[in-house]
Amino acid sequence: MTPIELRCCGQGGQGVIMTGMVVGKAAAIYEDRHATLVQSFGPEARGSTCSAQVMISDAPVPFPYVRHADILVAFSQSAYDKFVAELKPGATLIYESDLLSLDNRLPQGVVARGIGATRIATEVLGRRIVTNMVMLGFLVKQTGIVSKEAAIEALRTLVPPGTSAFNIKAFETGYQQPPE
Amino acid sequence: MTKREAQPLRTGLHFMNGNEACAEGAIAAGCRFVAGYPITPSTEVVEHLARRFPRIGGMFIQMEDEIASSICFQGAVWAGHKAMTVTSGPGLSLMMEHIGFAAMTETPSVFINVQRAGPSTGLPTAAAQGDIMQVRWGSHGDYAIIALCPSSPQECFDLTIEAFNLAERYRCPTFLMMDETVGHMMGKVRIPDAADLTVEPRRNTTRAPGDYQPYATYDGSDVPEMTRAGDGHAIHVTGLTHNEKGYPDMSFAVHDALVRRLQRKVHTHTSELFRLEADGLDDADVVVVAFGITAGIAAYAVTQARALGRRVGLLRLITLWPFDEARIRTLTANARAVIVAEMNLGQVCLQVSRAVQGRIPVHHIGNPGGPVIEPEEILAAIEGAAT
Amino acid sequence: MTHQRQNPIETWLRSDRMPHIWCPGCGIGTSLNCFVRAVERAAIPKDNLFVVSGIGCTGRVAGYIDVDSFHTTHGRAIPFATGLSLARPDAKVVVYSGDGDLAAIGGNHLMHAARRNVDMTVVCVNNLTYGMTGGQLTPTTPRTAVASTTPYGNYEHPFNLPQLADSCGANFVARWTVFHVRQLTRTLTKALRTKGLSFVEIISPCPTLYQRRNRLGDGTQTLEYYRDHSVVRHGANTAEVDIDFQGEITVGEFVTRERPSLRECYEARMREVLQDDFAPFGVRP
Repeated sequence: MTPIELRCCGQGGQGVIMTGMVVGKAAAIYEDRHATLVQSFGPEARGSTCSAQVMISDAPVPFPYVRHADILVAFSQSAYDKFVAELKPGATLIYESDLLSLDNRLPQGVVARGIGATRIATEVLGRRIVTNMVMLGFLVKQTGIVSKEAAIEALRTLVPPGTSAFNIKAFETGYQQPPE
Repeated sequence: MTKREAQPLRTGLHFMNGNEACAEGAIAAGCRFVAGYPITPSTEVVEHLARRFPRIGGMFIQMEDEIASSICFQGAVWAGHKAMTVTSGPGLSLMMEHIGFAAMTETPSVFINVQRAGPSTGLPTAAAQGDIMQVRWGSHGDYAIIALCPSSPQECFDLTIEAFNLAERYRCPTFLMMDETVGHMMGKVRIPDAADLTVEPRRNTTRAPGDYQPYATYDGSDVPEMTRAGDGHAIHVTGLTHNEKGYPDMSFAVHDALVRRLQRKVHTHTSELFRLEADGLDDADVVVVAFGITAGIAAYAVTQARALGRRVGLLRLITLWPFDEARIRTLTANARAVIVAEMNLGQVCLQVSRAVQGRIPVHHIGNPGGPVIEPEEILAAIEGAAT
Repeated sequence: MTHQRQNPIETWLRSDRMPHIWCPGCGIGTSLNCFVRAVERAAIPKDNLFVVSGIGCTGRVAGYIDVDSFHTTHGRAIPFATGLSLARPDAKVVVYSGDGDLAAIGGNHLMHAARRNVDMTVVCVNNLTYGMTGGQLTPTTPRTAVASTTPYGNYEHPFNLPQLADSCGANFVARWTVFHVRQLTRTLTKALRTKGLSFVEIISPCPTLYQRRNRLGDGTQTLEYYRDHSVVRHGANTAEVDIDFQGEITVGEFVTRERPSLRECYEARMREVLQDDFAPFGVRP
């Protein structure tokens, strides 16, 4: 059983790890699959680039590290720069289209789907803090990595009490957003 | 939130990290007292318990240092509770004397050790597996300990319960050898119903005062029955060499018999205590031995090697101590080489070398902590050993 | 017919462990005698008294008193007793140890236990030296006194233990010498009845080492010195009760206060924050 390898990466404060946690928890708990999440410490954590490596599989995952990403979620240019090469052929790149630009380092055959998540969070929803939920909704719609229902269930348990309605709204906004 | 916090056992599926799973495992095992001192990367365990305990009749106390922590919890154990301490590298080094005290006084003791790279302050936030020999031999004199090593958050939960069970059964220091990676890695953790958990109770004596000696072994098992402070036995517990009554006795014969029993009570059960997972050993030319996070990496490398046509087996150690050399010898009997992958410079490798007794080469793949071992390193070693 | 009266403290001792290891003229036995009488006066049931010692001559008290007793590692009686005390709020936990054990290697724990105001009585028999290991310097050895590790006389500033315990927040702080057996018994009774941490320092001779090496005579002569040079000052400012070499010894009950104990603080805070969700620790398992 080959796991799905997902990496969410960006800058500290963008809610990158939370994005990975919702996906991981959605798969592990609400779809009864298996998932692991490793947060990056050490070198990657410097310069405030952070990343969450999420593995999803129908069987337990002994090896929790992303080697050949099936999906890369890049919230920032430096995160893209750092991890773009790990995308495998046929993989999907989900990226913050206002904050990073694609280049010829993008491996052949990778499907790239961009969204101005920060702008949408700020201008449409009025709260920049839900950028990651917009990105998450977009990720779920574009890749089907987990079901929408599972993602929302997981999200509910992970966001601060009393904020789930707004976070779900942000998720829905991202979910409905067509790729750029 | 409140309701969930109040449940001692959070039956159900969870997506949590190894440190939290360990804390929940302790609760599930009946632990209600923890003394600890903050230290990276283990602190989440006590932070979690500091939040949970006041709602379920437990208590966490943050002591002034690890020396105090490692004996404070033993006070609660003698009051009848299940208790533990939690630490990492430098803190473990400070606890050595009380590991010896727990061994000598036969205090059912659980030490959670989330390993980080040393020596000394080393790399506080980086993983390592370098405390294997220290937990076995770190305190002075001869004694026996049990050490278990989880590879996943689920195992952090399961093996914490197991550590408490074994500490009760054998009345010796029992270690959960996590590492930074397993401690911080999130995964699916299934917490069963109470009815599906095996939790070993304290084996308190039923003997009447006057008819009970705290260090006599009445059932021939080498493990004395326990009692609690306040139960009327007026026990004396000392780290000095003591007789069956618990009184200091400086005779060499008493010392010899006591220390031999402290070892024997664990080591006669080595074969049942030594848990491992063997995969594809039957026709293996090369056997990879690994544990903790490194076992998952080794599994990845072994899969790749098999795809290349290599006959490779994987031995994932779950118990590190006591180490069953005979079992390792049997399991590697048909192999041409063994590779031990571990995040230290050759600790379990020494044990494996002793086990195979020079019959086949034992290669070590490792680092002194920091980055996890890359699967390619193990794969290269397999290629090297297989050709 | 002759009547043999049993020594009233005998039921509290492990007579099967006699003779004890203490030297003739040593004051630890006297202190223990007073302590047992105080336990009786305080009406503490035998099964409800737990005695914890560290290492050293005084550390052996745990081995001679016939209650649940714990002879722990050097300096660590207090943290062990902290766990025991928190787990058994119904019991009286006593730490009984010496100056080297409690003030040197265990000094940090003494400070923090007093700061937390853990429910325990700390009895410190201060003989100004390490007896068991041959008369070395302790943190309480007065200046100029000779110890095996200060052959030219001590030049370090010693600890004033009542001041230390006081400044860290202990609820009850007192000092007597082993000459003052009645006063000491009364004070120990009071200490045993104190909530939070009570600290009783007992100045005691070590004729074999401290007294001999400093040519101060035997145990009896030391008691005479205690008699002649002790000044009772109840409520004295603990900053002023230092002990100089063969100088005046201020004795008495220095501090009595009612700071809430660790347990009281813990439970009050948790009740305040968690209300009915709080489940206290230490209900007997």
